[in-house]
Amino acid sequence: MSAKKETLGKTIGVVVAVCLACSIVVSSAAVGLRSLQDTNAALDKKSNILTAAGLIELATNKSEIDDVYNTRVEEKFVDLSTGQYVDKPYDTYDMYKAAKNPDYAVSVEGSNVGFLRRSSVASVYHVKNEQGDVNRIILPVHGSGLWDIMYGFLALDNDGETIRELIYYQHKETPGLGGEIQNPDWQKKWDGKQLYKNGEVAISVDKSVKPGDQYAVDALSGATLTSNGVENTLQYWASENGYGNYLKRQSWKS
Amino acid sequence: MADTKEMKKALFGPIVDSNPIALHVLGICSALAITTKLETALVMSLALTSVVAFSNLFISLIRNQIPSSVRIIVQMTIIASLVIVVDQILKAYSYEISKQLSVFVGLIITNCIVMGRAEAYAMKSPPMMSFLDGIGNGLGYSFVLIVIGTVKELFGFGTILGFEIMPLVQNGGWYQGNGLLILPFSSFFLIGLMIWAIRTFRPEQVEPKE
Repeated sequence: MSAKKETLGKTIGVVVAVCLACSIVVSSAAVGLRSLQDTNAALDKKSNILTAAGLIELATNKSEIDDVYNTRVEEKFVDLSTGQYVDKPYDTYDMYKAAKNPDYAVSVEGSNVGFLRRSSVASVYHVKNEQGDVNRIILPVHGSGLWDIMYGFLALDNDGETIRELIYYQHKETPGLGGEIQNPDWQKKWDGKQLYKNGEVAISVDKSVKPGDQYAVDALSGATLTSNGVENTLQYWASENGYGNYLKRQSWKS
Repeated sequence: MADTKEMKKALFGPIVDSNPIALHVLGICSALAITTKLETALVMSLALTSVVAFSNLFISLIRNQIPSSVRIIVQMTIIASLVIVVDQILKAYSYEISKQLSVFVGLIITNCIVMGRAEAYAMKSPPMMSFLDGIGNGLGYSFVLIVIGTVKELFGFGTILGFEIMPLVQNGGWYQGNGLLILPFSSFFLIGLMIWAIRTFRPEQVEPKE
Protein backbone atom coordinates (compact mmCIF):
# COMPACT_ATOMS: atom_id res chain seq x y z
CA MET A 1 0.00 0.00 0.00
CA SER A 2 1.76 3.11 -1.17
CA ALA A 3 1.18 6.33 0.66
CA LYS A 4 0.14 8.42 -2.31
CA LYS A 5 -3.20 6.65 -2.87
CA GLU A 6 -4.34 7.67 0.59
CA THR A 7 -4.99 11.32 -0.25
CA LEU A 8 -8.51 12.56 0.35
CA GLY A 9 -9.04 13.56 -3.26
CA LYS A 10 -8.00 10.21 -4.59
CA THR A 11 -10.18 8.34 -2.10
CA ILE A 12 -13.24 10.35 -3.04
CA GLY A 13 -12.43 10.01 -6.72
CA VAL A 14 -12.20 6.23 -6.53
CA VAL A 15 -15.38 5.95 -4.50
CA VAL A 16 -17.32 8.16 -6.90
CA ALA A 17 -16.02 6.28 -9.92
CA VAL A 18 -16.91 2.91 -8.42
CA CYS A 19 -20.38 4.10 -7.44
CA LEU A 20 -21.01 5.56 -10.87
CA ALA A 21 -19.91 2.40 -12.67
CA CYS A 22 -21.96 0.20 -10.36
CA SER A 23 -25.08 2.30 -10.63
CA ILE A 24 -24.89 2.26 -14.43
CA VAL A 25 -24.63 -1.54 -14.41
CA VAL A 26 -27.47 -1.98 -11.91
CA SER A 27 -29.85 0.44 -13.57
CA SER A 28 -29.26 -0.88 -17.07
CA ALA A 29 -29.94 -4.41 -15.81
CA ALA A 30 -33.12 -3.25 -14.08
CA VAL A 31 -34.42 -1.30 -17.07
CA GLY A 32 -33.33 -3.81 -19.70
CA LEU A 33 -35.02 -6.75 -18.04
CA ARG A 34 -38.19 -5.01 -16.88
CA SER A 35 -40.47 -6.13 -19.70
CA LEU A 36 -39.54 -9.79 -19.20
CA GLN A 37 -40.10 -9.45 -15.47
CA ASP A 38 -43.49 -7.85 -16.01
CA THR A 39 -44.53 -10.72 -18.27
CA ASN A 40 -43.45 -13.16 -15.60
CA ALA A 41 -45.32 -11.28 -12.91
CA ALA A 42 -48.50 -11.22 -15.01
CA LEU A 43 -48.20 -14.94 -15.67
CA ASP A 44 -47.61 -15.57 -11.99
CA LYS A 45 -50.78 -13.64 -11.12
CA LYS A 46 -52.78 -15.71 -13.59
CA SER A 47 -51.41 -18.93 -12.22
CA ASN A 48 -52.35 -17.81 -8.71
CA ILE A 49 -55.87 -17.05 -9.90
CA LEU A 50 -56.03 -20.51 -11.44
CA THR A 51 -54.83 -22.01 -8.16
CA ALA A 52 -57.59 -20.19 -6.32
CA ALA A 53 -60.01 -21.37 -9.01
CA GLY A 54 -58.92 -24.98 -8.45
CA LEU A 55 -58.00 -25.21 -12.12
CA ILE A 56 -54.23 -25.14 -11.94
CA GLU A 57 -54.05 -28.89 -12.67
CA LEU A 58 -55.46 -28.21 -16.14
CA ALA A 59 -52.36 -26.25 -17.08
CA THR A 60 -49.52 -28.74 -17.22
CA ASN A 61 -46.96 -26.25 -18.39
CA LYS A 62 -46.43 -22.53 -18.48
CA SER A 63 -47.73 -21.95 -21.99
CA GLU A 64 -51.08 -23.49 -21.09
CA ILE A 65 -51.73 -21.12 -18.21
CA ASP A 66 -52.79 -18.40 -20.62
CA ASP A 67 -55.11 -20.75 -22.50
CA VAL A 68 -56.81 -22.12 -19.42
CA TYR A 69 -57.10 -18.65 -17.96
CA ASN A 70 -58.65 -17.21 -21.10
CA THR A 71 -61.24 -19.97 -21.48
CA ARG A 72 -62.28 -20.44 -17.86
CA VAL A 73 -61.72 -17.13 -16.08
CA GLU A 74 -63.34 -13.78 -16.77
CA GLU A 75 -62.32 -10.54 -15.11
CA LYS A 76 -65.19 -8.24 -14.09
CA PHE A 77 -65.28 -4.88 -12.40
CA VAL A 78 -67.49 -4.07 -9.45
CA ASP A 79 -68.38 -0.76 -7.88
CA LEU A 80 -67.94 -1.68 -4.25
CA SER A 81 -70.40 0.90 -2.87
CA THR A 82 -73.33 -0.52 -4.84
CA GLY A 83 -72.11 -4.02 -5.57
CA GLN A 84 -73.01 -3.67 -9.24
CA TYR A 85 -70.91 -4.49 -12.25
CA VAL A 86 -69.42 -1.54 -14.07
CA ASP A 87 -67.30 -1.14 -17.17
CA LYS A 88 -63.56 -1.16 -16.83
CA PRO A 89 -62.79 2.43 -15.84
CA TYR A 90 -59.84 2.77 -18.19
CA ASP A 91 -57.64 0.51 -20.23
CA THR A 92 -54.75 -0.06 -17.90
CA TYR A 93 -56.92 -0.07 -14.76
CA ASP A 94 -55.33 -1.79 -11.78
CA MET A 95 -57.25 -1.72 -8.50
CA TYR A 96 -54.08 -1.43 -6.41
CA LYS A 97 -52.68 1.43 -8.45
CA ALA A 98 -56.06 3.16 -8.57
CA ALA A 99 -56.06 3.39 -4.77
CA LYS A 100 -53.49 6.15 -5.18
CA ASN A 101 -55.52 8.02 -7.77
CA PRO A 102 -57.91 10.50 -6.10
CA ASP A 103 -60.49 10.05 -8.88
CA TYR A 104 -60.89 6.37 -8.17
CA ALA A 105 -60.06 6.05 -4.49
CA VAL A 106 -62.14 6.21 -1.34
CA SER A 107 -60.73 6.50 2.15
CA VAL A 108 -61.05 3.68 4.64
CA GLU A 109 -62.16 4.67 8.10
CA GLY A 110 -62.73 2.84 11.34
CA SER A 111 -61.02 -0.36 10.27
CA ASN A 112 -57.79 -2.00 11.34
CA VAL A 113 -57.23 -3.59 7.95
CA GLY A 114 -54.02 -1.62 7.53
CA PHE A 115 -54.51 0.72 4.59
CA LEU A 116 -56.09 4.14 4.40
CA ARG A 117 -57.36 4.24 0.84
CA ARG A 118 -58.76 1.69 -1.51
CA SER A 119 -60.04 1.86 -5.06
CA SER A 120 -63.78 2.36 -5.51
CA VAL A 121 -63.92 -0.20 -8.30
CA ALA A 122 -62.50 -3.65 -7.66
CA SER A 123 -61.60 -6.49 -9.99
CA VAL A 124 -63.37 -9.79 -9.42
CA TYR A 125 -62.89 -13.00 -11.35
CA HIS A 126 -65.65 -15.33 -12.51
CA VAL A 127 -64.58 -18.94 -12.80
CA LYS A 128 -66.71 -20.91 -15.23
CA ASN A 129 -67.19 -24.63 -15.51
CA GLU A 130 -67.06 -26.40 -18.85
CA GLN A 131 -70.67 -25.45 -19.59
CA GLY A 132 -69.88 -21.79 -19.07
CA ASP A 133 -71.77 -21.35 -15.79
CA VAL A 134 -70.12 -19.38 -13.03
CA ASN A 135 -69.19 -21.77 -10.23
CA ARG A 136 -66.63 -19.80 -8.31
CA ILE A 137 -65.97 -16.15 -7.59
CA ILE A 138 -62.45 -14.98 -6.90
CA LEU A 139 -62.00 -11.78 -4.94
CA PRO A 140 -58.66 -10.01 -4.56
CA VAL A 141 -58.08 -9.16 -0.91
CA HIS A 142 -55.30 -7.35 0.85
CA GLY A 143 -54.51 -6.17 4.33
CA SER A 144 -51.54 -5.65 6.57
CA GLY A 145 -49.72 -8.55 8.15
CA LEU A 146 -46.81 -8.19 10.52
CA TRP A 147 -44.36 -6.47 8.19
CA ASP A 148 -46.25 -5.27 5.18
CA ILE A 149 -49.47 -5.52 3.20
CA MET A 150 -50.28 -9.10 2.22
CA TYR A 151 -52.01 -9.65 -1.13
CA GLY A 152 -54.15 -12.67 -1.85
CA PHE A 153 -57.14 -14.16 -3.61
CA LEU A 154 -60.23 -15.40 -1.81
CA ALA A 155 -62.20 -17.99 -3.79
CA LEU A 156 -65.89 -18.46 -2.93
CA ASP A 157 -68.53 -20.85 -4.17
CA ASN A 158 -71.28 -19.31 -6.26
CA ASP A 159 -73.47 -19.05 -3.14
CA GLY A 160 -71.20 -16.12 -2.19
CA GLU A 161 -70.61 -17.52 1.32
CA THR A 162 -68.62 -20.72 1.24
CA ILE A 163 -64.86 -20.29 1.10
CA ARG A 164 -62.94 -22.63 -1.17
CA GLU A 165 -59.45 -21.21 -1.15
CA LEU A 166 -57.43 -18.39 0.33
CA ILE A 167 -54.25 -17.98 -1.69
CA TYR A 168 -51.69 -15.38 -0.67
CA TYR A 169 -49.27 -14.54 -3.45
CA GLN A 170 -47.38 -11.51 -2.24
CA HIS A 171 -46.32 -10.77 1.30
CA LYS A 172 -43.24 -10.09 3.39
CA GLU A 173 -44.04 -12.24 6.41
CA THR A 174 -41.26 -14.15 8.16
CA PRO A 175 -40.51 -17.42 6.36
CA GLY A 176 -41.44 -20.35 8.58
CA LEU A 177 -43.71 -18.29 10.85
CA GLY A 178 -46.07 -15.84 9.14
CA GLY A 179 -44.86 -17.13 5.79
CA GLU A 180 -46.82 -20.29 6.55
CA ILE A 181 -49.92 -18.54 5.18
CA GLN A 182 -48.68 -20.07 1.92
CA ASN A 183 -48.35 -23.56 3.40
CA PRO A 184 -50.70 -25.90 1.49
CA ASP A 185 -51.74 -27.62 4.73
CA TRP A 186 -52.95 -24.36 6.18
CA GLN A 187 -54.55 -23.27 2.93
CA LYS A 188 -56.59 -26.49 2.96
CA LYS A 189 -58.17 -25.52 6.26
CA TRP A 190 -60.14 -22.76 4.55
CA ASP A 191 -62.03 -25.13 2.31
CA GLY A 192 -65.70 -25.16 3.30
CA LYS A 193 -65.62 -22.36 5.88
CA GLN A 194 -68.48 -19.87 5.89
CA LEU A 195 -67.99 -16.11 5.61
CA TYR A 196 -71.38 -15.14 7.09
CA LYS A 197 -73.60 -16.38 9.92
CA ASN A 198 -77.18 -15.09 9.68
CA GLY A 199 -76.06 -12.30 7.38
CA GLU A 200 -73.31 -11.06 9.70
CA VAL A 201 -69.60 -11.41 8.97
CA ALA A 202 -68.53 -14.35 11.11
CA ILE A 203 -65.24 -15.64 9.76
CA SER A 204 -62.34 -15.54 12.20
CA VAL A 205 -58.85 -16.87 12.78
CA ASP A 206 -58.61 -18.23 16.32
CA LYS A 207 -56.51 -20.30 18.66
CA SER A 208 -57.70 -23.85 19.41
CA VAL A 209 -60.61 -23.98 17.01
CA LYS A 210 -63.03 -26.85 17.68
CA PRO A 211 -63.28 -29.45 14.95
CA GLY A 212 -66.31 -28.81 12.81
CA ASP A 213 -66.43 -25.06 13.50
CA GLN A 214 -67.55 -23.60 10.19
CA TYR A 215 -66.65 -20.03 10.95
CA ALA A 216 -63.09 -20.23 12.27
CA VAL A 217 -59.67 -21.35 11.11
CA ASP A 218 -56.73 -22.24 13.35
CA ALA A 219 -54.26 -19.42 13.79
CA LEU A 220 -50.65 -20.01 12.79
CA SER A 221 -48.45 -20.78 15.78
CA GLY A 222 -45.72 -18.21 16.29
CA ALA A 223 -47.47 -15.76 13.99
CA THR A 224 -50.20 -14.09 16.01
CA LEU A 225 -49.93 -10.77 14.25
CA THR A 226 -50.02 -12.35 10.82
CA SER A 227 -53.05 -14.41 11.83
CA ASN A 228 -54.76 -11.29 13.16
CA GLY A 229 -53.91 -9.59 9.88
CA VAL A 230 -55.59 -12.36 7.91
CA GLU A 231 -58.67 -12.13 10.12
CA ASN A 232 -58.84 -8.33 9.78
CA THR A 233 -58.39 -8.59 6.03
CA LEU A 234 -61.21 -11.06 5.58
CA GLN A 235 -63.53 -9.27 7.97
CA TYR A 236 -62.97 -6.00 6.19
CA TRP A 237 -63.44 -7.37 2.69
CA ALA A 238 -66.49 -9.45 3.64
CA SER A 239 -68.15 -6.43 5.25
CA GLU A 240 -70.19 -3.76 3.48
CA ASN A 241 -67.04 -1.69 3.08
CA GLY A 242 -65.58 -4.44 0.95
CA TYR A 243 -67.38 -6.99 -1.15
CA GLY A 244 -70.42 -7.29 1.20
CA ASN A 245 -72.88 -5.53 -1.11
CA TYR A 246 -71.61 -7.38 -4.12
CA LEU A 247 -71.88 -10.77 -2.44
CA LYS A 248 -75.43 -10.03 -1.22
CA ARG A 249 -76.56 -8.94 -4.63
CA GLN A 250 -75.12 -12.05 -6.31
CA SER A 251 -75.11 -10.35 -9.69
CA TRP A 252 -73.20 -13.23 -11.26
CA LYS A 253 -76.36 -15.32 -11.20
CA SER A 254 -78.35 -13.14 -13.53
CA MET B 1 1.68 -14.60 -15.64
CA ALA B 2 0.99 -17.57 -13.46
CA ASP B 3 1.85 -21.01 -14.75
CA THR B 4 -0.73 -23.70 -15.44
CA LYS B 5 -0.05 -25.59 -12.24
CA GLU B 6 -0.88 -22.58 -10.14
CA MET B 7 -4.00 -21.90 -12.20
CA LYS B 8 -5.18 -25.45 -11.69
CA LYS B 9 -4.61 -25.09 -7.99
CA ALA B 10 -6.68 -21.90 -7.85
CA LEU B 11 -9.46 -23.51 -9.85
CA PHE B 12 -9.72 -27.00 -8.40
CA GLY B 13 -8.08 -26.62 -5.01
CA PRO B 14 -11.18 -25.20 -3.29
CA ILE B 15 -13.36 -28.16 -4.28
CA VAL B 16 -11.92 -30.58 -1.75
CA ASP B 17 -8.55 -29.40 -0.48
CA SER B 18 -9.65 -26.01 0.79
CA ASN B 19 -13.42 -26.14 0.42
CA PRO B 20 -14.96 -22.87 1.65
CA ILE B 21 -17.79 -24.65 3.46
CA ALA B 22 -16.05 -27.80 4.65
CA LEU B 23 -12.68 -26.34 5.64
CA HIS B 24 -13.36 -22.67 6.34
CA VAL B 25 -16.99 -23.27 7.41
CA LEU B 26 -18.16 -20.14 5.56
CA GLY B 27 -21.50 -19.57 3.85
CA ILE B 28 -23.37 -22.09 6.00
CA CYS B 29 -26.56 -20.01 6.23
CA SER B 30 -27.56 -20.32 2.60
CA ALA B 31 -26.27 -23.90 2.45
CA LEU B 32 -28.79 -24.79 5.16
CA ALA B 33 -31.75 -23.00 3.73
CA ILE B 34 -31.92 -23.68 0.04
CA THR B 35 -30.75 -27.27 -0.34
CA THR B 36 -34.17 -28.88 0.16
CA LYS B 37 -34.50 -29.30 -3.58
CA LEU B 38 -31.62 -29.92 -5.95
CA GLU B 39 -32.92 -27.41 -8.48
CA THR B 40 -32.74 -24.44 -6.12
CA ALA B 41 -29.34 -25.63 -4.95
CA LEU B 42 -28.09 -25.64 -8.53
CA VAL B 43 -29.40 -22.17 -9.29
CA MET B 44 -28.00 -20.83 -6.03
CA SER B 45 -24.62 -22.41 -6.85
CA LEU B 46 -24.62 -20.81 -10.25
CA ALA B 47 -25.59 -17.43 -8.80
CA LEU B 48 -22.93 -17.54 -6.12
CA THR B 49 -20.22 -18.80 -8.46
CA SER B 50 -20.83 -16.01 -10.94
CA VAL B 51 -20.94 -13.37 -8.21
CA VAL B 52 -17.76 -14.52 -6.50
CA ALA B 53 -15.90 -14.94 -9.82
CA PHE B 54 -16.81 -11.52 -11.17
CA SER B 55 -16.42 -9.70 -7.89
CA ASN B 56 -12.94 -11.20 -7.60
CA LEU B 57 -12.19 -10.14 -11.17
CA PHE B 58 -13.36 -6.55 -10.82
CA ILE B 59 -11.86 -6.04 -7.40
CA SER B 60 -8.57 -7.43 -8.60
CA LEU B 61 -8.63 -5.15 -11.67
CA ILE B 62 -8.86 -2.04 -9.51
CA ARG B 63 -6.98 -3.40 -6.49
CA ASN B 64 -4.12 -0.94 -6.93
CA GLN B 65 -6.53 2.00 -7.05
CA ILE B 66 -8.61 1.11 -4.01
CA PRO B 67 -7.57 3.21 -1.02
CA SER B 68 -7.16 0.84 1.91
CA SER B 69 -9.22 3.07 4.21
CA VAL B 70 -12.42 2.41 2.20
CA ARG B 71 -11.57 -0.93 0.65
CA ILE B 72 -14.31 -2.93 2.41
CA ILE B 73 -16.96 -0.45 1.29
CA VAL B 74 -15.70 -0.50 -2.29
CA GLN B 75 -15.76 -4.30 -2.24
CA MET B 76 -19.28 -4.30 -0.82
CA THR B 77 -20.46 -1.88 -3.52
CA ILE B 78 -19.13 -4.08 -6.29
CA ILE B 79 -20.50 -7.27 -4.72
CA ALA B 80 -23.89 -5.72 -4.04
CA SER B 81 -24.20 -4.46 -7.62
CA LEU B 82 -23.37 -7.90 -9.00
CA VAL B 83 -25.90 -9.53 -6.69
CA ILE B 84 -28.63 -7.15 -7.82
CA VAL B 85 -27.83 -7.89 -11.45
CA VAL B 86 -28.01 -11.64 -10.76
CA ASP B 87 -31.29 -11.17 -8.91
CA GLN B 88 -32.76 -9.19 -11.81
CA ILE B 89 -31.67 -11.83 -14.31
CA LEU B 90 -33.21 -14.58 -12.21
CA LYS B 91 -36.47 -12.65 -11.94
CA ALA B 92 -36.53 -12.24 -15.70
CA TYR B 93 -35.55 -15.74 -16.79
CA SER B 94 -36.59 -18.07 -13.99
CA TYR B 95 -39.27 -16.38 -11.95
CA GLU B 96 -40.44 -19.49 -10.08
CA ILE B 97 -36.99 -20.28 -8.77
CA SER B 98 -36.30 -16.68 -7.89
CA LYS B 99 -39.44 -16.76 -5.75
CA GLN B 100 -38.25 -19.90 -3.99
CA LEU B 101 -34.80 -18.48 -3.39
CA SER B 102 -36.47 -15.24 -2.22
CA VAL B 103 -34.16 -13.43 0.18
CA PHE B 104 -31.25 -15.78 -0.24
CA VAL B 105 -30.12 -14.30 -3.54
CA GLY B 106 -30.00 -10.90 -1.87
CA LEU B 107 -28.12 -12.45 1.01
CA ILE B 108 -25.26 -13.48 -1.29
CA ILE B 109 -24.07 -9.93 -0.52
CA THR B 110 -23.36 -10.98 3.04
CA ASN B 111 -22.12 -14.46 2.14
CA CYS B 112 -18.76 -14.71 3.84
CA ILE B 113 -17.24 -16.60 0.92
CA VAL B 114 -17.58 -13.61 -1.41
CA MET B 115 -16.18 -11.04 1.01
CA GLY B 116 -13.60 -13.52 2.24
CA ARG B 117 -12.19 -14.21 -1.21
CA ALA B 118 -12.26 -10.54 -2.18
CA GLU B 119 -10.36 -9.49 0.91
CA ALA B 120 -8.02 -12.48 1.19
CA TYR B 121 -7.23 -13.17 -2.44
CA ALA B 122 -8.41 -10.64 -4.99
CA MET B 123 -6.83 -7.66 -3.21
CA LYS B 124 -3.40 -9.26 -3.63
CA SER B 125 -3.58 -11.21 -6.90
CA PRO B 126 -3.74 -10.44 -10.61
CA PRO B 127 -7.18 -10.44 -12.31
CA MET B 128 -6.93 -13.74 -14.17
CA MET B 129 -5.90 -15.69 -11.09
CA SER B 130 -8.55 -13.97 -8.98
CA PHE B 131 -11.22 -14.87 -11.50
CA LEU B 132 -10.14 -18.51 -11.42
CA ASP B 133 -10.00 -18.47 -7.65
CA GLY B 134 -13.56 -17.12 -7.62
CA ILE B 135 -14.78 -19.86 -9.92
CA GLY B 136 -12.90 -22.41 -7.85
CA ASN B 137 -14.47 -21.29 -4.62
CA GLY B 138 -17.86 -21.14 -6.28
CA LEU B 139 -17.35 -24.72 -7.42
CA GLY B 140 -16.37 -25.72 -3.90
CA TYR B 141 -19.58 -24.19 -2.57
CA SER B 142 -21.56 -25.77 -5.41
CA PHE B 143 -20.04 -29.17 -4.67
CA VAL B 144 -21.30 -29.11 -1.09
CA LEU B 145 -24.71 -27.73 -2.09
CA ILE B 146 -25.21 -30.30 -4.82
CA VAL B 147 -24.24 -33.24 -2.59
CA ILE B 148 -26.52 -32.05 0.19
CA GLY B 149 -29.32 -31.10 -2.20
CA THR B 150 -29.18 -34.54 -3.81
CA VAL B 151 -29.26 -36.37 -0.49
CA LYS B 152 -32.07 -34.22 0.88
CA GLU B 153 -34.25 -34.36 -2.19
CA LEU B 154 -33.68 -38.09 -2.76
CA PHE B 155 -34.40 -39.18 0.80
CA GLY B 156 -36.82 -36.40 1.69
CA PHE B 157 -39.04 -36.45 -1.40
CA GLY B 158 -37.87 -39.56 -3.28
CA THR B 159 -37.08 -37.46 -6.35
CA ILE B 160 -34.04 -35.97 -8.10
CA LEU B 161 -34.61 -32.70 -9.96
CA GLY B 162 -38.32 -33.48 -9.76
CA PHE B 163 -38.03 -36.91 -11.39
CA GLU B 164 -39.40 -39.70 -9.26
CA ILE B 165 -36.72 -42.15 -8.19
CA MET B 166 -38.40 -43.74 -5.21
CA PRO B 167 -42.22 -43.43 -5.29
CA LEU B 168 -43.59 -42.03 -2.05
CA VAL B 169 -46.13 -43.88 0.09
CA GLN B 170 -48.63 -41.02 -0.22
CA ASN B 171 -48.43 -41.33 -4.03
CA GLY B 172 -49.05 -45.07 -3.88
CA GLY B 173 -45.38 -46.11 -3.82
CA TRP B 174 -43.28 -47.84 -1.21
CA TYR B 175 -40.91 -45.13 0.06
CA GLN B 176 -41.69 -43.25 3.26
CA GLY B 177 -40.11 -39.80 2.84
CA ASN B 178 -37.80 -38.70 5.62
CA GLY B 179 -39.49 -35.65 7.11
CA LEU B 180 -36.35 -34.52 8.93
CA LEU B 181 -34.48 -34.06 5.66
CA ILE B 182 -37.11 -31.68 4.33
CA LEU B 183 -36.35 -29.25 7.14
CA PRO B 184 -33.49 -26.78 6.67
CA PHE B 185 -31.53 -27.70 9.79
CA SER B 186 -30.93 -31.28 8.67
CA SER B 187 -28.16 -29.81 6.50
CA PHE B 188 -26.22 -29.34 9.73
CA PHE B 189 -25.96 -33.10 10.11
CA LEU B 190 -25.14 -33.62 6.45
CA ILE B 191 -22.48 -30.89 6.36
CA GLY B 192 -21.04 -32.33 9.57
CA LEU B 193 -20.85 -35.79 8.05
CA MET B 194 -19.25 -34.37 4.92
CA ILE B 195 -16.60 -32.51 6.90
CA TRP B 196 -15.92 -35.72 8.82
CA ALA B 197 -15.56 -37.69 5.59
CA ILE B 198 -13.27 -35.11 3.96
CA ARG B 199 -11.07 -34.87 7.03
CA THR B 200 -10.78 -38.64 7.25
CA PHE B 201 -9.34 -38.74 3.75
CA ARG B 202 -7.34 -35.53 4.19
CA PRO B 203 -6.01 -35.71 7.74
CA GLU B 204 -3.94 -32.55 7.16
CA GLN B 205 -7.17 -30.52 7.40
CA VAL B 206 -7.70 -31.53 11.01
CA GLU B 207 -6.84 -28.66 13.33
CA PRO B 208 -4.12 -29.45 15.90
CA LYS B 209 -5.42 -30.09 19.39
CA GLU B 210 -5.10 -27.13 21.68
